[in-house]
Amino acid sequence: MGKGQVYNRESFLNTVVAKLGRERKTNVSKPVWTTTPQFEVLKDASQDELVDVLKKHCEVIHTQFIETNLEKLTQTIRNVFEQYEVGSIVTWKDERHREFGLDEGLLTQLPNEGTSVHIWDPALKEKNIQAAEKADVGITFSDITLAESGTVVLFSNENKGRSVSLLPKTYIAIVPKSTLVPRMTQATSIISKQVQAGEKISSCIDFITGPSNSADIELNLIVGVHGPIKATYILVNDK
Amino acid sequence: MAMKIGEDKFFERVDKGVQNTFMRNAVVSAQERMQGKRLAAVEELGNWEEWRKLGEEIRTHTLENIDYYLEQLSENVTKRGGHVFFASTKEEANEYISKVAKEKRAKKVVKSKSMVTEEINLNAALEKAGCEVIETDLGEYILQLDDHDPPSHIVVPALHKNKEQIRDTFKEKRGYDKSEIPEELALFAREQLRQEFLSADLGITGCNFAVAESGSISLVTNEGNAGLVTALPKTQITVMGMERIVPTWEELDILVSLLCRSSVGQKLTSYITGLTGPKDEGDVDGPEEFHLVIVDNGRSNILGTEFQSALNCIRCAACVNVCPVYRHIGGHSYGSIYAGPIGAVLTPLLGGYEDYKELPYASSLCAACTDACPVKIPLHELLIKHRRKIVEDEKKSPFAEKLAMKGYQLAASSPSLYKAGTKSASTVMAPFTQSNSIQKGPGPMKPWTDVRDFPAPNKERFRDWYKKREKGEE
Repeated sequence: MGKGQVYNRESFLNTVVAKLGRERKTNVSKPVWTTTPQFEVLKDASQDELVDVLKKHCEVIHTQFIETNLEKLTQTIRNVFEQYEVGSIVTWKDERHREFGLDEGLLTQLPNEGTSVHIWDPALKEKNIQAAEKADVGITFSDITLAESGTVVLFSNENKGRSVSLLPKTYIAIVPKSTLVPRMTQATSIISKQVQAGEKISSCIDFITGPSNSADIELNLIVGVHGPIKATYILVNDK
Repeated sequence: MAMKIGEDKFFERVDKGVQNTFMRNAVVSAQERMQGKRLAAVEELGNWEEWRKLGEEIRTHTLENIDYYLEQLSENVTKRGGHVFFASTKEEANEYISKVAKEKRAKKVVKSKSMVTEEINLNAALEKAGCEVIETDLGEYILQLDDHDPPSHIVVPALHKNKEQIRDTFKEKRGYDKSEIPEELALFAREQLRQEFLSADLGITGCNFAVAESGSISLVTNEGNAGLVTALPKTQITVMGMERIVPTWEELDILVSLLCRSSVGQKLTSYITGLTGPKDEGDVDGPEEFHLVIVDNGRSNILGTEFQSALNCIRCAACVNVCPVYRHIGGHSYGSIYAGPIGAVLTPLLGGYEDYKELPYASSLCAACTDACPVKIPLHELLIKHRRKIVEDEKKSPFAEKLAMKGYQLAASSPSLYKAGTKSASTVMAPFTQSNSIQKGPGPMKPWTDVRDFPAPNKERFRDWYKKREKGEE
C-alpha cells in the first residue's frame, strides 16, 4: 500500500503553536494519569460472574442471550434460525467454524436443507456484499466480548467482512466464553499494545452492542433502523 | 447549513421559541428523560468524579500538546495509505472535499451525522459540485427532507418535531402512506436509505475522536449508519474538528465511555467503529480511498486564551439537557447549530460577538451545566468571562444598559443622589407596576420583564423602615 499525502500541515500547526505561545513539540510523553477508575470496574469478577453481567445487560440492549456448550452449539444455532425463520445466512470465513464444530455440523448441511449459506470469500469481491444484503442472518464470532456493556468486538479483515454484522436483518454473535473481559478498557489496551509493538491493527474494529436503534422520533426507542433489527448472542462454554 | 441558523435577531428567535408550545413540551420531556438516564448511568459507576477528573486530564493534556498529536495522527494515517488535509478555514475544507468529489466523479454522497460538516456548510458546497447529498442519521434525514430545517439539539437534532410532522414530511416528500407510529416511520426511512448506502460513490463522516498513536478515527452511533457509510462507498472522507483527538486507544476508552453515559445514559452505544486508513489489500468492503480533513475554522484562536477549556468539549449535550434556559427557549433560539450552554460559550468564539453577543447572557448561571459536564468545562464561569469581555473589552453592551449602569455608578457613589433615587424609585416605576411587579419594564429591563416577573420597588425604603423600628414605631 502506498503512503498517503499530507497537505498544509506545517502552516496549520505553526499557527496552532503560535496561539499556544511556544515552539513546535517533537516529543511528548503521555503523563501518568492521577486516577484510573476504569480498572476498578469488575476487576475481581470471575469468568462466570462476567457471564452473569453480560447476560443481565443483554436485557437492557434488546439482545437475546443464550448460553450453551460446544456439543450443543449447532443445535442452539438451528433453534435460533427456526425462531427467526431463516432462509439464508452469511458468515465469515473463520477458522473457528472448524474449532467449534460448525463446518461439518452446520454450514455444509444447511444448503441440503434449503437454507442458503454464503461464506465470505475475498475472491468473490462485491458478490459478498450482495449476499450480505440479501441474507436473513449474519453470523460472526466475537473476537473480544465486553461484559459490562454487552459488546462484541469484531476485527475485520479480508475473510471477515464488515457487512456481515451490518447488512442482514438479524445478527448472531457466537461468543466464546474465553473472549469475555470486564469492559472496553481491556479491549482498547490490547489494541494499544498491538500498535506499540508495531503490529498492523485491523482497518475496521467494530464494537457492537445489540441491534441498531434510534430515539430520533419524540425520543421513542425504535429497535432496528439501518443495521440489524434483532440480535442474539450465543455464549459458548469453550474452556 | 452553516453554523449560523436564520437571520432573526436574538429576541425574535426567543419569542418564537417561547411561543412554540409543542417544542417546549418536547424539550422538557426530553431533558427529564435524558437527565434521568444520565444520572442512573453515573450512579451505577459509583465513582463518577474520578472518571470526570480523568476525562479532564486527558483533554487538557491533549489540547496543550495538540500540535504533536495532530502531527502523529497525520503521519500514521498516511502510513496506512490515507490522505490528510489540514484546513485552516471552512472554505479550504469545502474546496478540498469538493475537489475529491469531482476527481472521483461522485454523484451520490451518503453522510453520517456530523456537527463540523454542518458548521462548515459542507452539503451546500457538495451540491454546488454536482453531488446529491443524503443524510443517513434518522434525525438528520428528517430535517433534510423538511426543507433543511436546522437541528435544535446536538445529539437529537429533530427533537423539536413531533411524529405527525414527520409523517407529513415523509408523505409530502417521499410518498409515504402509513401512520405516524415511530416504528413505521423508521422502517420507511430504512427502506429509503438502504439503496442509497449501496449505490453511493462517496461516504462522509464526522469524527468523535481520532487516535493519534495509530491514525484511527472513531465513530459513535446507535443506528449503525456510520458503519454503512464507511463500509460501502469506494471513497470515504472524514471531517474532524482539530481538537477531537486522543493520544492512544486507552484514552479513547475513557472518552467514549464518558460520551455514551453523558449523552444517552448508555454504557456504550450500539455501534462504535474504529477505522484505520482505507481498506486493506484483499478486503472486500471498506473504502479504497480515505481522506481525513482536519478543520481549524477559528478553533486555534481559542487556544492560549481564557476560553481554551471550551475546546475540551466532547459534544455529549449533557449541559444542554440540564439547562433551564434551553428548556425555556429551545435550540433554535441560540441561532447556531451549537445550542445550550456549550453553544453559548462556543458560538461567540467561533462566530464572533457581532452576531452572538447575547448568547452568554442566555444563562441563569446556575452552574448545572458545569456540574453535568463530563470533562469538567467550567461553563458558567466561561459565560461570565464572555460577559466581562463583551462589556469591558468589546464595549458591546446595549446603549440603554450602558446608560443605566452609568446612572447607577453615579447614584451609588453619591449618598444624596442614592437617597433621592431610592425615595423616588417606587413613583418612577409606578406606570410599569401591577400587583407589586414590574411588567413591560423600560430600557434594559424590557427583555427580562417580557418573559419574567420583576419585583417592584417597595414604597417604604429599608432605611425608613429601620429608622421607625429603632424608634419603636414598628
